[in-house]
Formats: sequence, C-alpha cells, structure tokens
Amino acid sequence: MQFLRAYARNPAALIGAALVLAVLAMGLLAPLLYPGDPLSLAGRPLQWPGANPRFPLGTDPSGRDIAAQLFHGARVSLLIGFSATAIAVVIGIGIGALAGFYGGIVDTLLMRVTEAFQTLPNFLLLLVLVAVFGSDIKTVTIAIGIVAWPPVARLTRAEFLSLRTRDFVQACRLQGLSDAHLILREVLPNALPPVIVYASVVMAIAILLESALAFLQLSDPNVSSWGNLIGLGRNVLRAEWYVSAIPGIAILLTILGVSLVGQGLNDALNPRLAGR
Amino acid sequence: MRLLGLAARRLAASLPALLLILIGLFLLLQLAPGDTVDALMAQMGGGDERIATELRVFYGLDLSVPARLGQYLLRLVQLDLGYSAIYGKPVATVILERLPATLLLMTASLSFAFAFGAVLGVVAARRVNRWPDTLISTLGLIFYATPSFWFGLMAIVVFSVHLQWLPAGGFGDVALGLTGFAAVLDIAKHLVLPTLTLALIYLAISLRIMRAAMLEVLTLDFVRTARAKGLTETRVVARHVLRNALLPMITLIGLQVGTMLGGSVVVESVFTLPGLGRLAYESVVQRDLNTLLGIAFVSALLVIAANFIVDMLYARLDPRISSGG
Amino acid sequence: MSLLEIRELSVALPAGADRALALDQVSLALDPGEILCVVGESGSGKSVTASAIIGLLAPGLAVVSGQIMLAGEALVGQSPEAWRALRGRRIAMVFQEPMTALNPLMTVGAQIAEMWRAHTDLNSRDITAHSLAALTEVALPDPEGALRAYPHELSGGQRQRVMIAMALALEPEVLICDEPTTALDVTTQAQVLALIRALQQRRGTAVLFITHDFGVVAEIADRVAVMQQGVVVEQGPAATVLSHPTHPYTKALLAAVPALIAPPPRELAAGSVLTLRGVTKTYGSPGMFRRRKAVKALDAVDLTLRQGATLGVVGESGSGKSTLARCVVGLLPVDAGDILIAGEPLPHGRCAAAGLVQMVFQDPFASLNPRRRVGDQVAQGPMALGTSAAQAMAEARALFGLVGLEPDAVARFPHEFSGGQRQRIGIARALAMKPRVLVADEPVSALDVSVQAQVLELLRGLQARLGLSMLFITHDLRVAAQICDDIAVMQNGVVVETGPIGEVFAAPRHAYTRSLLDAVPGRALFAA
Repeated sequence: MQFLRAYARNPAALIGAALVLAVLAMGLLAPLLYPGDPLSLAGRPLQWPGANPRFPLGTDPSGRDIAAQLFHGARVSLLIGFSATAIAVVIGIGIGALAGFYGGIVDTLLMRVTEAFQTLPNFLLLLVLVAVFGSDIKTVTIAIGIVAWPPVARLTRAEFLSLRTRDFVQACRLQGLSDAHLILREVLPNALPPVIVYASVVMAIAILLESALAFLQLSDPNVSSWGNLIGLGRNVLRAEWYVSAIPGIAILLTILGVSLVGQGLNDALNPRLAGR
Repeated sequence: MRLLGLAARRLAASLPALLLILIGLFLLLQLAPGDTVDALMAQMGGGDERIATELRVFYGLDLSVPARLGQYLLRLVQLDLGYSAIYGKPVATVILERLPATLLLMTASLSFAFAFGAVLGVVAARRVNRWPDTLISTLGLIFYATPSFWFGLMAIVVFSVHLQWLPAGGFGDVALGLTGFAAVLDIAKHLVLPTLTLALIYLAISLRIMRAAMLEVLTLDFVRTARAKGLTETRVVARHVLRNALLPMITLIGLQVGTMLGGSVVVESVFTLPGLGRLAYESVVQRDLNTLLGIAFVSALLVIAANFIVDMLYARLDPRISSGG
Repeated sequence: MSLLEIRELSVALPAGADRALALDQVSLALDPGEILCVVGESGSGKSVTASAIIGLLAPGLAVVSGQIMLAGEALVGQSPEAWRALRGRRIAMVFQEPMTALNPLMTVGAQIAEMWRAHTDLNSRDITAHSLAALTEVALPDPEGALRAYPHELSGGQRQRVMIAMALALEPEVLICDEPTTALDVTTQAQVLALIRALQQRRGTAVLFITHDFGVVAEIADRVAVMQQGVVVEQGPAATVLSHPTHPYTKALLAAVPALIAPPPRELAAGSVLTLRGVTKTYGSPGMFRRRKAVKALDAVDLTLRQGATLGVVGESGSGKSTLARCVVGLLPVDAGDILIAGEPLPHGRCAAAGLVQMVFQDPFASLNPRRRVGDQVAQGPMALGTSAAQAMAEARALFGLVGLEPDAVARFPHEFSGGQRQRIGIARALAMKPRVLVADEPVSALDVSVQAQVLELLRGLQARLGLSMLFITHDLRVAAQICDDIAVMQNGVVVETGPIGEVFAAPRHAYTRSLLDAVPGRALFAA
C-alpha cells in the first residue's frame, strides 16, 4: 500500500504506467477491432494517413492496413518483451544467485560463462542464434532471452555477494537453517528490488532487439511486427515516409513507458534516492 | 610496473571467456541447417553430390566435429580465420577490408556519446530538479527509447531528402576521386548521420550515469570536507566531484563497446556503410558461417581490447587500484 | 563578548521528521583558547549545531530564527560568498569519519595545499613548504612521504592527523571537531585528543568539540553543554557539570557511563565449557595472481571459558577478536588448533552445531532480516531442528517476554523497533536455540550509552537466571568491566594476557594491557 502510494505520487511514473497500459489495451483490443490477418491485402497500397477514412493511418506498400498492423504489433512487442524478459530474469537470477551465494569455484566458473556472453556483442549473438535455429517467433523470443540475461546475473550476484555475509544471514546459518532457506527466504527477497527495477531495462532492450531484427527482415515474417513495417517502409522512404514513421513512434512510446515505469519502481523502492 | 602487472593479469583473465565463446559458437554453428557448401551450391544454381563431397573435403568439412574444432582453434592461433566461399577470399581479408569503417564509426560515436553525455550529466546534476535538469533528463529518456534504425531513417528523410544537407548513405563518393583533405571531409560528411544515430542511446545512458554519479559523489564526506575548507563551488565540483564521478563513466565505456558493435549492424545497414556490422548481416543472409564466426572472433577481440584500455585508464585515475589494495 | 556566540538558534527539520526543530533555541558561547564540549546522544542535535556554525546545514534543514556571531559579526543571513571566505580561514572543521573525509583520488599534499590556494596568493613552493610544516606539526611519522601519499595509504589515526593539520592550516579562530575520535581505537584516540589539546593551547584556538562520550569530555573539556532533542539542557564548567550535574538527563547520562572497576569475583562452578587450543587463522593465502600479504588474524590462541562465566575478549581493531568470535561459532574455518565445546569439536552439520553455540551480533540494524516478521526469525531456528511451528512460536513469545519485549511484538517487522530493542530480539533469537555457549560480538557498541546500560543489565540478568556461559567480544574496557568474570587481551592475533578481570585491571602484567587501560578516556573521573 505504502509502495503504491509512493509510486502514485510520481507523475512521470504514472505517465509511464498509462503508456504501458495503452499499449497493452491496443494488444488486447487488436483481435476485436481488426479481426482477421493484419498482413492480408486491405486496399490500394500507399494511401496517406487520413486520405481514406477506412484507413486512418494509411496503407503500406503492399496495401495492408497500417493501423491493423500497429494494433497487432503491440501484441507481438509486448508478448516478446514479457516472455524474453522472464527468460532473461530467471536465468540471470539463477546464475547470479548461485555464483554470489557460494562464491569460490562456483562463482569463478559461472562468471567466466557470463563474461563470455558479455564479451560477444549481444546483437551479433542474436544473429548467430537466428541463423542457426531459424526465425519463428518462439525461437526469436528465446534467443533474445538468452542474449539478455548476463547483466541480470551480474546484478543479482553483486546483491548476493553483499547480502550473504550480512549478520542476519549468518544468524540463520547458526540457527541450523539450510542453504535453500538462506537463498530463497533470506537473501533473495532482499536482493530482488533492484533486479525487478532492472527487468524494465531488460524489457526495453528485448523490444528494441526484436524490432531491430524484424527491421532487418530476420524475424518471423508471418507475424505483424512494428520493426518489420519500418523495414518495409524503407523502400518508399523518400516519398511515403509515414510508413516507417508511424510504427517507430509506437516503439518509442512503448519503450518510454517501460522505462518510466522502471524509474517509478526504483524511486518507490528507494525513497531516499527519489528525485534523482 | 604495477600497472603492467595488472594489465597482464586482466588480459590473462579474459582468455577463458574468449575460448568459451569460440568453442560455443563453433559447436552452435554445427547445429545450423546446411553448411557453406550447401550455400555455395545454391549460389552456383545447384550441382551434383560428387562435387559437393569434393568441396566438403576441400574445406575440411568431412572430419569429425572435435577434429574440426581442434583444427579451427589451431588455425585461429595463427590468425587464420578460414576461407569465405561466398566472397572467394580469406575471411581475415574480408574482415580487414570492412574493419576501418566500423572502427571509425564506433570511435566517433563513443567519443560523441561520452563527451556530450558527461557535459549534459554535469549540467543536469548542477541544476537538479530545476528546468535544465528536467529538460535534459526528459531528452535522455526519449533518446533512450528511440530505436536507432528508425532515428536513422527519419534523419535521412529530414537531412538528406528534404534539406539535402548530408548524404543518405555510403562511406564516401569514390566516383569523385577525391584525395587528401577533401577525401577526409567527404568521409566525415558521410559519417555524421550514422554517428549520431549510433550514439543516440549511448548518449542517453552516459548522461544518466553521469548525472547519478555526480549526485552520488556530491553526498560523500570528502565533498563536505572540501566545502568546509572554503573552496568555491566551482572548484569543489571541478577538483573533487568530477574526477570521482568519471569513474563509473569509464566503466560504462567498457560495457558499451560490445553493445555498440551489435548496434553497428543495424546502423550500417541503414546507411549502407561497408563495415563489419553489415558484413555480419550479409553473412547471416548468405549463410556464410565461416565469415560470421570470424566476425564474432574479431568482435570479441575488440571488446577485450577496449576493456583492457578501460582498465588501464581506470587504474591511472584511481590510485587505489594500482596499489593493489 | 565571546569569540563565537550562538544566540537562540532554531533550525527546522524537513516536514515529516519525528520533531519540528532539529535545534530549539540553542544558545552557546565560546571564548578564545577554550574547549567547549557539546555532548549528547544520537539525535540530540549536536552535529546539526556544528554544521550550522560552519554554514553547511544538510539539505532540508534551515535556520528559522536566532543568530550566530563570530567576533561580533553576524553570520546568519550572510551571502554564500561571505560564508565561503570564512570557512577554512576563520572557522575550520574536523569530521568524524577519517576513512571517507578525504578525497581518495587526490594526494594528501594536494588536499592540504588547497587551503592556501583557496584563501591566499602564495606560490606553489611556499604552499608546499607550509603543507610540510603543517603535517610536521601534527606529528606524522614521515611528513614528506605523507604529502605524496594517497589517503588509502594512511591509517585512520594518520588520516585524522591530516584532517587536523588541514583544519588548522590557516590558523582559524574557531575549530569545530565533530566526533573526531569516535571512529578510532582507544590508544589512537588518546593520542589524537592529546594532539588537539596541545595545538589548541599553543595557538589559543577556540574549540567546539562534539562528542557522545563523557569519558572524552572529562579528558578534554573546559566547559560542557549537554544537549537532548535539540535543546541545551545544561551547561557550565566541565568540573561542575561532571561532578555535580543538575539536570536529570545529565545525571542519567553520567550514571550510565560504566565505571572502570571490575566487580567482585563471583562464585562459579568448576569446569570449563569452551576450550581453544592453539587456534590459528590466516587471511589472504598467497596465490599466483594475488599479491595480498597474508595476515595472521589468530596466532596460536589458547583460551578457556568457565561454565556459567563470561570471558571478555578485548583488543583494538585488527587484534583478531572478531575473527575469534566467528571461528568459535563455526562461521570461519580455522587453519590449525582445536575449538572444543563441552570437550567436543563443533560438529560439521549446521543443525547439530546450532544447539551448542549461538551468537549476538554488533549491528542491530544488520542482524535482522528487514523483510520478515521478527517472531518468525526467532522461531525458525527451533523449527529447523524439528520443533512444531506452534510450539516454536509459543517459545518465541515467551523469550520476547524474557528479554523485556511485549510477547505480541513477534508479529512486527524489524523497522518498527529501536536499536536497543532489536538487540534484545537478537538475544532472544540466540537463546531460542538453548546454546551451551553464547558468543556476543560487540553487542552494545552500536548503542547509545543509556541503552547500552540496559542491554548489559539484561545480559547479566539472563546469565544469572539461565546459567549462560558467554564469550564477550568488546573494544571497550568499561563495558568489559560491567559483565566479565575473566578477560583476555588480544593484540595482533595474539592473546597477550588472560586472567580474572579484577586481577588484570588491578595489576596488568603486559605493557599493551597497561597502555589500553591508560588510554581509556576520563579514567580519573569515572574511577570511583
């Protein structure tokens, strides 16, 4: 309750929440407002927004409704954002928790693997994964999760490293409690807040990675994706720049919303630092 | 001397990660459907099995996986990255041809993002919660949320198509046959938009980190000491706060080099720059796995080198590191 | 007219604080050549007074009324530029935390030189000469080396000397010391106090000395002002206030200062419960990539804790006393030697060890999980050993009563308790396991002196009721005198002297024990 009140007192955080909710609503309403395949031919290609009341946002070079693609694209962006973030956070917390809690050789081994992932530019690894495993939407989501976890692991590890020698954890050791109890009940709840805040960053990165991949026409061609539409608009950029412009604004607002929510969470969780 | 020892240790510590990357990538690529020969055959418009088998023997693709991994690593030590069937040249040659454009683009973007991020971060922190801070922080948020490829396209629409100030792509007009200063100027003109596009998100991150670091350092005890000495606020910030606040920024550069290399894939595609990133994209599309592996290797080396430089810089700035404390 | 006069100064706290005013009508006067000690517990407003005088109130605090006069000149309401010109030159300050008060990235020389750079037109060579002279005056062992050194290369005491040299560089009229010795070891504290006193007398500087420790007051003060909740409740000459306090709060504070006299020996049953034989522990093994010097934290330590007794382990920081505590409870493995509890080495299984030895920690804010109910934290130990949840919680409630808390408080979270109450919860948590040996690692060091007395009283009472055997780690000989039967003095990982506390205090055999006893501030005053 106190947390919610602290969050609601922050206007930027509320704007962020509104943006995210709006995108969520777009995704949920897409099948109702635009039933049928958004990638099917709807009308004459390249109609400017407003030129035809049937297509308020115009049509793309293949004569598909841009508004329909925008609404269905919200589904894809959020779905990939949430799922890839969940994958990255679960892997990251698992590896970071084990490395940070046990230290020593476990830490060295796991951190070498993390370093390896961080040394390889993540978009390059994503390209390799897509090249090897194909580019249907599930594969892309998992691949994004796989390239995005290392910072989560590092953050979790740092939290665990500082928490595991705290007096209250030591006291639990002396009480005869198991490692599982120490990790799950004592350390993890205290390590979680910064990780949750960071999850918003992961989500922003995941959405950006997917749209970049789709822009390069390397993502799933069978789903309506904002990045894909921007890539299609590239060929008609000189005259019909709106085809690329509109979905780009959608991505921008979505990521802005996610970032603002993350900042709001951070401020609400660390009231001392609020206003920074 | 201590610095050198530290440097050697840091370099040695990055070797296991590099080895892991290479083994991991090599094994990963074994899972790829179709190998170089398939791609080559497809390019030639098909061919019979016999030629394919011969080609596989020629490229050493008929051996067992561990044997090929061993061979691959052995060749890497000799800096032999293999042969690109698509380009008909050694991979190392292909990569070396593409490296300058990417290095130039990254150095320019990194410098721009760091310098402007630091300045904006300082200004925001000095005016915290007043309008300059609000403006800078909001801009930072928007820059952070802007997809680079989209920003690049919109920049082309505005600056190349409508205003016609800057070229829309390429790395210089070969047709003009420029030399000397004129050629440099031409390349610089071609790099303005790509640099801004690639730098945008890093500018946002740097200014945010710089601002936070400044605010953090401003609360530390030694700043209070400096004020109690009667130093002017300018001197307190310049001599005591700034240098301490730059430390996290230095760390940030090391982390950003890797993601920036990834970002250059997209930006180089938007602006049709003949760089490493676009090469990576092309080799994925053309299934030129040898080249892709080579790019990954070179990128990892670049990241390690960048981190090495960052470590040295950090050790120079922070006396606590080099004294081994 | 005094040199520095604070007239009815009130400072407002930000809205939502526990009280409206940090300082409420505070009036103080300071004459040249005298040391005025402002003494009080945490939250009394003594540090706010110091920052108000130097014009560096923390963000959110603001002077609402009153005036500060320096040699007849009103300071409140001055322009920031006027304040700045004053700071360092006419009013200088030494802070509490020597580890963080210096810029880690600048040499000591550069930081001292800034004093002259900011306030004078001297050239670099003269500044260096002045800096060297300043460092020589505070008796640093190698002043030339110190000029070139970075702060992390100096010890805490040396850094505080640097801070003093820096503060006195421009011969200010007023020196403010905000708990300058609180973070230092007792022998270092004695040296730094002597240094401040000597420099102050030589130059006739007026010193405003903030402290929470009446021992320090007795050592250094000419006059004393006692603060409570932002109000000066009593002030006067040190001798008068210390020996004939009039305000009840002053009386209570003075009464809570433990005397440095060992209690008469108690009758104890024969037999020992904890034995240490040749216990050795080394930190930082030399490895291929590590250059860290190996440090012997414990060097062949032999100790015996008698059944039902309290063995105090005293020493300064780095003496190995905390390592010893952690080795005894099994949180750190030893390199060599035996630790026997009731004749047996500590079993490897956590559950088996839990009933033998428990620990009370130093920091009451770090020793409880902030996200779990305190009752659960006490009950979870017995539950891990197989006690049913209902019974464990019933025991926890009973223990809360035993340590002087409401049994219903089990359902609350740690942040709802004060430091002293948390320490009681920590004791309850340890007692829930019914240990043979209780290890207390500086259990009262983080508490205000009045709370300290209550917790010590509780431990004494529990010992009498439950027949506890306690290993009591402390840096404070006064505290040791309150509770220990036997005492072991440690220095650099070696036990230099052991024996019944009365004998050790009355006739210390080892030179280090003598220096520790001599360094206890205010010894003369609180001996009786």
